[in-house]
Amino acid sequence: MTAQLTTGTAACPGCLAAPAEPARPMSEDVQIALSLPGIHCSACIATVERELNACPGVEDARVNLTLKRAMIKAAAGVRAADLIPVLGQAGFEAHELDTGALSATQTDKAGRDLLMRLAVAGFASMNVMLLSVSVWSGATDATRDMFHWISAAIALPAIAFSAQPFFINAWSALRVRRLNMDVPIVLAILLALATSLWETALSGAHAYFDAALTLTFFLLAGRYLDYRTRAAARSAAEELTALEVPRAIRVIDGREHEVAVGSLAVGDHVLVRPGGRMPVDGQIISGQSELDRSLLTGETVPVFAETGQTVSAGEVNLTGPLTIRATAVGTDTSLHRMADLVAVAESGRSRYTSLADKAAKLYAPGVHILSALSFVGWYIYSGDMRTALNIAAAVLIITCPCALGLAVPAVTTAASGRLFRKGMLIKHATALERLAEVDTVVFDKTGTLTEGTPELVNLKDQTPSDLAIALALADGSSHPLSVSLARAARDAGVRPATISNLVEVPGFGTEATFDGQRVRLGRAAWVGAEGGSGTSAWLATGDGAPTGFHFADSLRPGAAAAVEAFHRAGKTVVLLSGDTQGAVEELAGKLGIRDWVAEALPQEKAGKIRALTEQGRRVLMVGDGLNDTAALAAAHVSISPATALDAARVASDIVLLGNDLAPIAEACKTAEKATRRIRENFRIATIYNVIAVPLAVAGLATPLIAALAMSTSSITVSLNALRLR
Amino acid sequence: MEVLAYLIPISLFLGGVGLVAFIYTVRSNQYDDPEGDSRRILSDEWDDRPKP
Repeated sequence: MTAQLTTGTAACPGCLAAPAEPARPMSEDVQIALSLPGIHCSACIATVERELNACPGVEDARVNLTLKRAMIKAAAGVRAADLIPVLGQAGFEAHELDTGALSATQTDKAGRDLLMRLAVAGFASMNVMLLSVSVWSGATDATRDMFHWISAAIALPAIAFSAQPFFINAWSALRVRRLNMDVPIVLAILLALATSLWETALSGAHAYFDAALTLTFFLLAGRYLDYRTRAAARSAAEELTALEVPRAIRVIDGREHEVAVGSLAVGDHVLVRPGGRMPVDGQIISGQSELDRSLLTGETVPVFAETGQTVSAGEVNLTGPLTIRATAVGTDTSLHRMADLVAVAESGRSRYTSLADKAAKLYAPGVHILSALSFVGWYIYSGDMRTALNIAAAVLIITCPCALGLAVPAVTTAASGRLFRKGMLIKHATALERLAEVDTVVFDKTGTLTEGTPELVNLKDQTPSDLAIALALADGSSHPLSVSLARAARDAGVRPATISNLVEVPGFGTEATFDGQRVRLGRAAWVGAEGGSGTSAWLATGDGAPTGFHFADSLRPGAAAAVEAFHRAGKTVVLLSGDTQGAVEELAGKLGIRDWVAEALPQEKAGKIRALTEQGRRVLMVGDGLNDTAALAAAHVSISPATALDAARVASDIVLLGNDLAPIAEACKTAEKATRRIRENFRIATIYNVIAVPLAVAGLATPLIAALAMSTSSITVSLNALRLR
Repeated sequence: MEVLAYLIPISLFLGGVGLVAFIYTVRSNQYDDPEGDSRRILSDEWDDRPKP
């Protein structure tokens, strides 16, 4: 540990270049956030903090090990790009996070608020419970009255503070003349407090202060669990978004400025380097390259790009630098116009009612009617307002949905935690319930079932000399096909041939001299070959016809396993792709998918999903591209991999963090199990009610019985939920 | 039973101290990085002088 602690301070070229300002106003400080996926121990914390603090301009750096993140306060000139190499030299992988996208996780006000209310309710309920235990074990007369008064003094302010979330929810439901789960809760708490106060004033024997507080405590615990699960998913989803820092290079009078994408305006000249993504819609004004449009259309063959051609935001530039003039920015880009499609599709999903809401719809009116009936019945029978009100309060407290309030959050927390460890992020509250109902699975092809990276398929058909030349040429380019070709050839033990004058011609390929002859590797038309339908690179060596190197998209790990698991579970699997007929047919054959559609436009994808839904199917959509967004939103439930575009991840309910697809099939099983547990929990809660309610209606329920019924049912329900692990 | 007059306020006061202490820890962000804090305490880096 000491050895690691004393690693020498790294020389940091970027930091040294940054101007050191001796005195600067605080407001010019910048916040930089770095994601550090590799840190895991106290030595890592110390090293990272020391390295960062040693950089000129850095005022304060603090590592958060739980979030695996470093927050840095630095002078205005310092950029994350200066700090990342420093950490790289110290052996830590670092990625910049967009601080704007992170802001919500930092001040987690709502969660803290709920925790505080939970603490107050817990403190108060324990104190009141102690006082109540002495009353139940036989305190009488003045002692009992005093204990009741003390309980009242604790319970009233405590409930006024901690039960506020319920009051607010119930009020907002009542205002629009609707009933939700919070209405019976609030009614039970208020009625219990009122009758107990009245009883205490008349020095009666039964007071329900402890019940009202325990109720609040258990229900708040359920709310807090629910909140935590969703906050964890939200912060992880936010981190994914923050990893894509929206920056672009604006060219003004030949000089390059790095600016935020949001500040680009129509008419700006933007430079996009090879490997970069188009930040705006525009027209190419200089440069030549190839574009990868797979995220937008699903097609895997790169498209040639030259001056005058229009490009859309989201396309990836492959070989040469391009300068584009922006024609549409921000929300006007084609990327954002998809949002309209998504909004239309989403209106269908909001109709889903969760299991908890269904239970509440049955439960809330039932409880009120039962309580009102017992009040009326006892009032007619005994003619005593006090007895009747007491019994009505007892019925409300005993039937109060303590266990119901815990039944769903406890199970979803357990299930989400389990799925998170397998690399799935549940973003939406009811996603698990919807996932459990799925009977049809629709996959996108490019980037979902396949990795979106090409793989050489006809290595064995090539002559060794061709391979040697091709390898030498491929080494001169960072085009995905070249990279893949070079890797495949090296793996087969091929040594590169000696070539000279190697040049890359952006948009076409690479060219060199071999044995005095010109050799070329690149697009079919450029080397003089007849282009085929698939993805290919062609090699012309001067003598003989050019030879083709054909590529196929490699399967994502676990894709075959996931499709097979769905088939075995009796679910229909559909392949829906924007790619060409041939490519889709081949992949469908390889995976044994009988139902497939090729060359589907985004609207057609969403339309197909809607058609399936109208047939009564529950569709799970798995997709990553922009062309899938509408389909993702239209489906009953949707999953997108972490590599997907931001828009696709926003539209989907679940994000798959790892590269492996296999967890999807398991997630369906976990979801089914979770839904079964939720139903079991509802049943357990009902059984408790069936036993306790007749006692309450008969007027036999004491505060002791109420407390016992409430605690045991809550604990059984939580334990049943934990069985999911 | 006169002892109750002392015991109940004392027990309530002690419980209240616990509650206030908990609220203080929540308000001063002490639950932001539980994993990191549990490891930081093992580091001997700032043992001799406080962090500037």
